[in-house]
Amino acid sequence: MIAYREPVTVVIGGELDHCSAPRIRQQLDDLLADERVVHVVLDLENLTFMDSSGIGVLLGRLRLLSARGGSLSVKGMRPSVEKLFRLSGLDRVIGIMDSRKAGRA
Amino acid sequence: MENRMELRFDALPQNEAFARVTIAAFAVQLSPTLPEMADLKTAVSEAVTNAIVHGYGNEGGVVELIAFYGDDRQLTVQIRDTGCGIRDVEAAMQPFYSTGDGAERSGMGFCVMQTFMDAVEVDSTPGEGTTVTMRKFILGEAGLYRERMLDEIG
Repeated sequence: MIAYREPVTVVIGGELDHCSAPRIRQQLDDLLADERVVHVVLDLENLTFMDSSGIGVLLGRLRLLSARGGSLSVKGMRPSVEKLFRLSGLDRVIGIMDSRKAGRA
Repeated sequence: MENRMELRFDALPQNEAFARVTIAAFAVQLSPTLPEMADLKTAVSEAVTNAIVHGYGNEGGVVELIAFYGDDRQLTVQIRDTGCGIRDVEAAMQPFYSTGDGAERSGMGFCVMQTFMDAVEVDSTPGEGTTVTMRKFILGEAGLYRERMLDEIG
């Protein structure tokens, strides 16, 4: 099986909390069931809220992709999402592609 | 002026968003900035999730959300459950602490509350329940100017 060279972009919108996490996790895992998918970019521009349940979802997917030599990146984070992302140290293991300036809304 | 609200709701995951929106609507009276509002919503979301998942073990129950503020612009938020309680509060508040139930939990809940609020206190009795009390000064635009000034000073 040949892996896709280009990253697959997944748009996650709405809110990522403990309530929505199982559904979002399942949808991502459905995509990752295709082992040709090794590089994934999450477009979070329309993600209006995330709490620590989201950290678990992202770390779990990172683990799956790392195990097949792939990578996980994010782009378009809103300042509030990015604050949590950095607080939890995700920025050290998940690439930020086009981080918005830490501007104040 | 002093103002206080109390809300009781079922310990269901769909009420996490309900609790966030409610605290945001209450806090609007203090004219918070968007970052202050986001911090508050995230902290409340963490505490309510803890009550549902850990306090009641996803078995349902009633969660209480109490909030009040006074002239000092300090908003106090309490999230209370009558679930199983926490045996070792100090350990539970450590970053990356997790009950290890197999789910993908980050163990960052209390850490997020402590970072996003000015103060967090946990009062818990095993078998009786847990009350999380969080306080935050809602400075509004004045706080934003202060941050900018500190940024400029470096």
